[in-house]
Amino acid sequence: MKTKANSKPEQMLPLGDIKVQIMAALPGAACEIVPNPGPSGQDSLRVEPASVLAVARFLRDDERHLFDYCSNVTGVDWLDQTVSETVKVAGTDAAGQATELEEKVERVVPGYLEAVYHLYSVAKKTGPLVLRVRTGNRSDDVEIPSLTPLWRSCEFQEREIFDLYGIRFSGHPDLRRLLMWDTFEGHPMRKDYQSPDETLAFATANGKEDV
Amino acid sequence: MNPSATDWPKRSADLSDDGILEISMGPQHPSTHGVFRMNVKLDGETVVWLKPVFGYLHRNHEQLAEKMSYFGSMPYTDRLDYFSSLSNNWAYALSVEKLTGIEVPERAEYLRVLLAELTRLQNHSAFLGFLLGDMGAWGSVLMYAFRERDLILDLFESLTGSRMMCNYMRFGGCRCDLPAGWLAQARKVVDDYPAFLDEMEQLLVGNEILVARTQGVGVLSGADAINGGLTGPMLRASGVDYDIRKVDRYGIYDRFDFQVPLGAHGDTYDRLMVRLLEMRESLKILDAVLREIPEGPILDPKSKSRGLRPPVGEAYARLEAPKGELGFYLISDKSPEPYRYRVRPPSLINLTLLEDMCLGSKIADVMVILGSVDIVLGEVDR
Repeated sequence: MKTKANSKPEQMLPLGDIKVQIMAALPGAACEIVPNPGPSGQDSLRVEPASVLAVARFLRDDERHLFDYCSNVTGVDWLDQTVSETVKVAGTDAAGQATELEEKVERVVPGYLEAVYHLYSVAKKTGPLVLRVRTGNRSDDVEIPSLTPLWRSCEFQEREIFDLYGIRFSGHPDLRRLLMWDTFEGHPMRKDYQSPDETLAFATANGKEDV
Repeated sequence: MNPSATDWPKRSADLSDDGILEISMGPQHPSTHGVFRMNVKLDGETVVWLKPVFGYLHRNHEQLAEKMSYFGSMPYTDRLDYFSSLSNNWAYALSVEKLTGIEVPERAEYLRVLLAELTRLQNHSAFLGFLLGDMGAWGSVLMYAFRERDLILDLFESLTGSRMMCNYMRFGGCRCDLPAGWLAQARKVVDDYPAFLDEMEQLLVGNEILVARTQGVGVLSGADAINGGLTGPMLRASGVDYDIRKVDRYGIYDRFDFQVPLGAHGDTYDRLMVRLLEMRESLKILDAVLREIPEGPILDPKSKSRGLRPPVGEAYARLEAPKGELGFYLISDKSPEPYRYRVRPPSLINLTLLEDMCLGSKIADVMVILGSVDIVLGEVDR
């Protein structure tokens, strides 16, 4: 048994530098920085599912980063969104001259599910590095690679996301529901989830339906 | 033997597989610390396979929180790890403050440290009692521990109105100031605590049965513990120097002089000792807090609890709760409810390596190893 004072924590490299190093080490990797407009300043690094395993392995093993500890894994559900945009189209003005007109168009941005990983380095005492991986959509293209082979701390947390959000993690050693029972249908943390209790109507003693 | 994910629900006993006995421990087992179940396969008395089963206390805390205001979730955080409600309050307040950029007045920071360290003291004291209960010393150690814990709960009650569900922290400070005479009473508790710790150490540390039941049981290497996401005393018992109070220096922890006890073997005995030593370090912090606590406001006047609409963005904030890293991850879309509210539960994630710790142990050691993880099911299942 020994006690010892901690060393001063190091500063994490800016996310832009980390991205440059990733691109240098893994030329094929597809990642981009997602800025965080809030006061916390925790920007995140979005990685395409195809390259997330390589990027994560690089972040874990590279001497400059050593993100050996994956603290928090969570899912986020982003619904389809209708955004209205103003676009400029060619047209003619009142005098018949060719000009640019502004036109409002509505566009549906398809929704997706997202897994968010918060990585820390115990060796360098830095972090968090926020890693985001998106699925193709919310229905049939929901498979992304599991990071449990790299960090075992993801095991239960990815199971929880599979359970509550319905993201399928390929390569997960034991992908089962974690909190809900196995015969449960649906994914309760999705934003459009309807609990059966809210939709069931029960007959009451005086014959009226009580919702 | 091939553990399959599909053979569920399992029969509680199966003798067909070459004498491998499969048993279901829990969820009503008295030593599983709540409604927690383990499916265990035994070869004789030796554990060859173990899978925890969760969800008996699941109430989708995160979904509830996403349907109510930011402030509305504060009392519900008490129910996560109901032994350490004040740490939970603080962790949630910390992440909302990070999300919104609210400042915390100095006196409130001192109050938070004061209450968080008292929480750590009573949590670790109760832990010792429960762990010894798991080993068969049922009752007596726990009652000694609860005697001291009750003195701290008295302090909580006179300040917050509740012994366990304290609901005391607010975004940007604390709810109410200390009642008259509170600091003197707290000083007495802190001054008397070392005598209790000495008594506990005399009772436990050299005890032959305790040593036999804990040394070399449930050994975990530091590298495995980091990779498995273990935090708090579990991680430090494996010799990893990582205490979020030192690493993140949240609040005002950079002002206090304390050390981080580390284990050398990563076994159950080290987990017990690390917590015992941690209590002594907490007392150092408490001593300094009680000496230095300044007068002043306890709530940032600009902060508001009701009608809070944080700017668009996200934040992850964490702190060193008694059981490990407790974090809250919030995404705001500028509406009154959080778009995403996530609790990073140390109790659940510390169980990731439960099977690794138990493989090869005797069935009677499983309870001791589980006890040394120190879980609360309110937090595991959320």
